[in-house]
Order: sequence, then C-alpha cells, then structure tokens
Amino acid sequence: MNVLDYLKGKAWLTAVLLLLGLVLLPFMVEASLGKSWLRILDFALLYIMLALGLNIVVGYAGLLDLGYVAFYAVGAYCWALLASPHFGLNLPFWVILPTGAAIAGLFGVLLGTPTLRLRGDYLAIVTLGFGEIIRIFLNNLNAPVNITNGPQGITQIEPVTIAGLSLGKTQEIFGITFSSPHLYYYLFLLFVALVVFVCMRLENSRIGRAWVAIREDEMAAAAAGINTRNIKLLAFAMGATFGGLSGGLFASFQGFVSPESFNLMESIMILSMIVLGGMGNIYGVILGALLVTMIPEALRYTGDLQRAVFGEVFIDPADLRMLLFGIALVLMMLLRPAGLLPSKLRRQELAEDAT
Amino acid sequence: MSDLLRVANVSKHFGGIKALTDVSFTVRKGEIFGVIGPNGAGKTTLFNALTGLYQPDTGAIDLVGTSLYRRKPHEILKAGFARTFQNIRLFHNMTALENVMVGRHTRTTSGVLAALLHTAHNRKEERDCMAYAQQLLTRVGIGKHTHTLAKNLSYGDQRRLEIARALASEPKLLALDEPAAGMNPNEKNALRDLMVSLREEGLTLMLIEHDVKLVMGICDRLVVLDYGQKIAEGTPDVVRHDPKVIAAYLGGEVVV
Repeated sequence: MNVLDYLKGKAWLTAVLLLLGLVLLPFMVEASLGKSWLRILDFALLYIMLALGLNIVVGYAGLLDLGYVAFYAVGAYCWALLASPHFGLNLPFWVILPTGAAIAGLFGVLLGTPTLRLRGDYLAIVTLGFGEIIRIFLNNLNAPVNITNGPQGITQIEPVTIAGLSLGKTQEIFGITFSSPHLYYYLFLLFVALVVFVCMRLENSRIGRAWVAIREDEMAAAAAGINTRNIKLLAFAMGATFGGLSGGLFASFQGFVSPESFNLMESIMILSMIVLGGMGNIYGVILGALLVTMIPEALRYTGDLQRAVFGEVFIDPADLRMLLFGIALVLMMLLRPAGLLPSKLRRQELAEDAT
Repeated sequence: MSDLLRVANVSKHFGGIKALTDVSFTVRKGEIFGVIGPNGAGKTTLFNALTGLYQPDTGAIDLVGTSLYRRKPHEILKAGFARTFQNIRLFHNMTALENVMVGRHTRTTSGVLAALLHTAHNRKEERDCMAYAQQLLTRVGIGKHTHTLAKNLSYGDQRRLEIARALASEPKLLALDEPAAGMNPNEKNALRDLMVSLREEGLTLMLIEHDVKLVMGICDRLVVLDYGQKIAEGTPDVVRHDPKVIAAYLGGEVVV
C-alpha cells in the first residue's frame, strides 16, 4: 500500500513505471515460464481488444450480443484472404488492417440494423444466430467458387511486416534477440493502448453518455433527445470494428485461420470476460480478459499436480480445468455479482464520502 | 397570447380499444395547461401520442408551425417539446449531473471523432454542457446532489431531476405527467413554486395531475378527458361547473 500511496498524484511516474513494466514483461515471462506463456500473453492482449470492443455493445449500450465472434472472424478472414497464397495476394498490413476493421464495422451495422427493435433475450438469440451464420458461411464458401477454403481453413498467412522486418521470425535488434511472439507482444500492446484510449475518450463523451442512457432506459433516452437507432448502430459498428481489428491481428499471428476458431464458445468466453471483470468498466474488462485467458491455461498444470500427488492422472486436465473454471465463475457471481471491478463503484464511493 | 401547440382530431386506437378519439385543443404561449380526467381517460396516452412514443392514427399536431405528427421522439424534443414520465424514468446508474447532460444531447453536437481528438470545440462544449447541467440542478433545488447516482436520490428529488433533464433541452413546451404523484405537501408546494417560476421565465407547461387542488390553483386553462374524448375545455372555473365533468368524476347521468 505504501508504494501505491507514494504513487498517488504522481501520474507521470506511474505511467513511466507501467510502461517500463509492460516493456520488460515479455523478457521476464519468456525467461521464467517459457515461450508458450509468451504466446498466451499475446492471446490475452488480443482478447483484451475483443472484450473492450464487446464492452461497447454490451457494457455501455446494454445490447446483449452473443454473436460477437463473427466480427473477429470477418477481420481474420479479411487478413487471411488478402495476405496468403490462397489468392496469391500479399498486401501490406497498413492496408489490410484498416480494410478488415472497416468491413467488420460494416458487418456490425448490417447485423445491427434488423435487431434494432429487439431487446434482452430476443436480441441475444438473434445475434447468436448471426454469429453462427457467419461461421457456417465461412465453412461452406468453398464451392462452387472456393473463397474461404471451407473447413480446411487458410494456411500460410503472411505475418505482419513493418519496414522489412517480419514479426513472424526471430529477429535480432541492437544485439537483443526477440522471438516472434515477443515482437507481436509489442505490436498488440500498441493496439491495446489505442483501443483503451478510444474507449476512455468515448466513455466520458456525449456519445458515451448516450450509450449508457440507452442501456439504462431506452424510452427515456429517446424522450431525452437521443436518436436511439443511430446511436445503437454506432455502438454495433464501433464494437465490430475492434473485433475486426483483433481478428486481423489474430490471423497474422496464428498464420492459419479456420471456421473452427470462431464458434459460439468464443463469443461466450469474451462475454464472460466482461461479466467477470465488471461490465462497463475498462479496467474491469481488461482484468476479466486477462483472467479468463490465463486461468484455464494455468489449470493445465493440474495434470502435473495429480501425477505428483497420486502418481497418475485421474482426471484429464482439459476436463478438470473447465470444471474448475466453471466453479470459479459461479463463486465469482455469488460473491461479486457486479464483477471484480464494477463500474461507477469508485465514483459512488467518492460521492458518499463527500456527503 | 399566441398559440404554441395546436392539437386537432388526434385519435389513437389499440385494437378495438379507442384510447383517444378526435381530441383537439390549443395550448397558448406562457400558460400552464392542465389535462385532467378520471383514471384511464387517456391522459398519458395523449402525452405519448404528442411526444412520439406512440404513433397517433389520425390528426394533426403543430408546434408553432412545425408538424409533430408521427415524428420520432428525438425530433419532437428537438422541435422544443420535452416531457417527464408518470413513473419516473431516470438513468439510474448515472449521476444526477450526467442525467441532465444526456438531456442536452440535442443541443450539443460532438461526435465520435471530436471526442477522440478532444478538439477545442468538444472541450468547450463539454465544459459548457456541464456548467449548464449544474445550473439546472441548482435551479430545481438539487444542486448539492451533483454526483449522486440517480437511483440513490429521494423520490421527490428524482422528480426534480427528471424535470431538470427535460429542461436541459431548452424546450418551449414542457409536459409533466403527474409530477406531484406520491409527494408530501412540502414537496408539492416546492413543485408548485417551481412550475410558477418556470412560467414566469416564459416556459409553457402542460400538466397531467390528479391533485385537483393543485391543478385548479395553478392552471390557466384545462382540458378534461373521459374515455378518450374531450368533454370540456376552459378555465378552472368553467370546467369546475361543467355538468359533464361533474358526471365524469362523480358518476351518474348528465342532466341537460
């Protein structure tokens, strides 16, 4: 607590320390836990972007979207088609990434439009359907014209190349060796920072207030002068754009995409990150995304633990970790139903202190 | 006094139920105009039809030359017609200040790009909006609750906050749907003073109210609805002695 107290009111010092920590983190992770955890860290960053995007739709505007992974898929396939031997294209990343994000945003509006009159459960079911439609399309668009290569997916996707430096290979810069996941970590971190910045600016803006107003009471929002149709579509579009952005980054990082990666379970995982962390709160959502990506991975070690204690593996760690994860979620909901870091709590406390 | 709102032959049917039938009246600039009637007479339906929450089936609604007939709620608000709700509808998890700032949505312009870039215009607009909202909170008497969440306000204060949110759009006409419902005598008096002072500032008010003493005391003119039809219109004195009104409230046949 002493360190935190000391840092209070020293914003620049906190920022510098945070930045330093984030820059050095992959070195520490790679040295202590190995390269596989560095990849997990990269995925955690991707999921932070996804969760923040979905948070705009679900957390701010209160539109329960269960098909969010569709926009992730659109972004990923955009990258895959524009930078792989499949069509023989290899466009630079600064062309593909905005294109993918924009197309995903367009899909956000496209899928948002028919759902404007729906709320709650009904909206959830329709968006769930949309998510599945996209996945099934990707699965079947290999005939009569082969666009997506069907269930086999698209392989040999080009990695991000910045100024001739491919992030897909181990590189040596200033005598320091950076592995591919290490390089991607910095790229993803940059985009996470961008997404966080956008979310923060929007949260305390006229548009952000309009989103929250719609979540709180759509009829009152309309009567207060908000064009609910446009503002809801804007939320869908913004969320989808972030989904498309992380999709593109995912495709380049993974080097391979297939419809399998974009199933309903993914949508639900992203949603549970938001719910777990605290809907509508940027820090909560980031924490939620980190936990939901890391915990199941950490629970893989239960296999080793069983072997050490009992001499053999009784329960497959893959089964056990989902069970433990489920229990953790249930406990969470019982103990902190509003999430780990609920939004507005701090502000509410401040208000109570003042009176 | 000139006419502010002209309502002509507005009807609204829900299936076979005629909620409003050919309702016509005129609200003059600067008056407090009451809408009364027994329960289920169609008062709230009338407000909803006027403010775009329901689409009227027929009729004409005209606010100083602008037709409000079948327009969207936000367009009607922008035209200068704001309202509050019978069962208070606030943004519960937003602070009092934020609630009022949302009410200024139509009088501000910053979009996504302006918010992202924090343009000078955007920053000034946010500052002005916040100052305006704070001023309104003080105006309705809850200036010290700026950062309290709407749901944590007392019942009377929630009503005031709703009025402040409606005022934030700088309306020409403000429609209050039973603002005194559930208030104690002190709160009612404060509300009454607020309405009178708003009128003095040039605002025109429409008022649905059950408290006859309050309505008769404050309204310049009234319209009386019964079973979705207008049965009387005029000053409180005229309305009070109208046999149709007495019959509607006390029951029984109209003796002509």
